[in-house]
Amino acid sequence: MRHYDRDRLHRVALTLNGMPREGHCESRTLLSDFLRHALGATGVHVGCEHGVCGACTVLIDGVAQRSCLALAVSAEARDIRTIEGLAAIEGPIEGELGDLQSAFRRHHALQCGFCTAGMLLSATDFLRRVPAPSEAQVREMLSGHLCRCTGYTGIVQAVLEVAAARREGRRA
Amino acid sequence: MKPPALDYVRVDSAEEAVALLGEHGDDARVLAGGQSLIALLNMRLANPRLLIDISRAPDLDHVSATSVLAVGAAVTQAAVEWRPHLAEEVPLLAQAFPHLGHFQTRNRGTVCGSIAHADPSAELPLVLSVLDGDVVLRSVKGRRIVKAEDFFTGMLVTARAPDELLEEVRFPRAAPGTRYGFTEVGMRHGDFAIVALAVAVSRSAIRFGVGGVGGRPVAADWPRLAGSALEDALNQLAWTLDAQDDHHASAQYRRHLVRTLGKRLVEELS
Repeated sequence: MRHYDRDRLHRVALTLNGMPREGHCESRTLLSDFLRHALGATGVHVGCEHGVCGACTVLIDGVAQRSCLALAVSAEARDIRTIEGLAAIEGPIEGELGDLQSAFRRHHALQCGFCTAGMLLSATDFLRRVPAPSEAQVREMLSGHLCRCTGYTGIVQAVLEVAAARREGRRA
Repeated sequence: MKPPALDYVRVDSAEEAVALLGEHGDDARVLAGGQSLIALLNMRLANPRLLIDISRAPDLDHVSATSVLAVGAAVTQAAVEWRPHLAEEVPLLAQAFPHLGHFQTRNRGTVCGSIAHADPSAELPLVLSVLDGDVVLRSVKGRRIVKAEDFFTGMLVTARAPDELLEEVRFPRAAPGTRYGFTEVGMRHGDFAIVALAVAVSRSAIRFGVGGVGGRPVAADWPRLAGSALEDALNQLAWTLDAQDDHHASAQYRRHLVRTLGKRLVEELS
C-alpha cells in the first residue's frame, strides 16, 4: 500500500520515450499536466480534459489511453510513450518520421495538428493489435478522436495505407 | 478542469481496499480505470476525501470462465473485449463492446467500474441486467452476492453500501439455442446511448432490455411474441419507462425508438 497525501509534493518516476525520468507533483495532478509541465512533453495536447476529444492520448505500457483521465501518481513505474518518442519506435532511421507520420503528411491528414499526436499514438497501438483492419474498424478506433479541420477521410486512408504496407513488408 | 485536492492510496490487494472502505466509507471513492470518475473529478462533480486505487491489486485482476464469466474489479474492458472466444462465451457482451465508449477509454476503463458507476445510459449495466447476472460485494464483514436487478436501484445509485467494494461481476454464459442482439442510437459513435436495447431470444421466451430511457436498465420477460402482439408489448413497455425530455432527445422519440428498433431487433433474432 502506498499513500500520497494531498498536502505535499510527491516524486513520480517513470519511463518516458525510453528514458528514465522523474518529477514532482500533487496527488491530484493529471498525467497530462505532469507530462507537459514537469517533464516537458508538450506534444501531449490538452483539449477537453474529460476524456472526449482524444488529444491527450498517450501510450501507457504500449496501450493507448487518455492522459487527462489518469492521475500522474498512478503512472509510477509505467512506460509512457508520447509523440516526441514515436519516430524512435516507428521510424527505421533516427530523426526521420515514422511510417504513420509520413502517411498522415502524404494524405493531408492534418491541418492545425492539434488532434494529430493523439491519433498517431492510438493508431500505433491499434495496428499492432489489428494488423489487417477494415475501414469500419479504423473509423471505430478514430471515433475516440475529434478533428475539426480535415473531416477524417485522409486520416482513415493514411491508417489503411500503413496497415497494407506493413503487411506486405514495405514502408508506406 | 482539474481534480480537487485529495488523498490517494494505491492498494496491493482487495483486503487492503475493503479495510480502507470500512474506515472511510462515503468519504472514499474506489478508483479503477477512472474513465468516469476522473472526468467527474475534473468537472468537480465528485469531491472525495480519499481515492483508493485498486488498479494494481493482482487479486482483482482476474477473469475466469466457468458457468459464468467472472470479471474482477481491476480488469479493463479491453481485456474482456479482446478475449479470443468472447463471442461464444458471452455473445451479448461481444456485441455491446463496440458501442461502449471508445478504443482508448476501453483500454483503461474497467468492466466493474462501469457497473458500479451505474449510468442509466451505459451498455454494461444493461447487458448484466438482461443476462440476469450477479454482482459480488465485499466488505470487512464478508461477501454478498446481489442480482443485477436488485443492484441497480436508480440513476447512478446502486445497492452497494459505502463500506463495500464491488469485487467482481458475473455474466452468465451463452445458453444453447438462445440468440442475442444489441443495438443503440446515440448522437455520435461512442456517446452514451439515447436508447440502447439488448435482447435474448430463446426457443420459448424473449428477454428484452432497455437502457438510456429510465433511471436504470429495465428488462421484461415475454413469451415468443410476434406481429401485433409484439408491437403491443413494446408499446406498453415504452410507456412504463418514465421517459424524460432532455437536450439529446424527447421522451416521445425515446418511446418511438423502443418500439421501432425493438421490433426490428426481435424480428431479426426470431
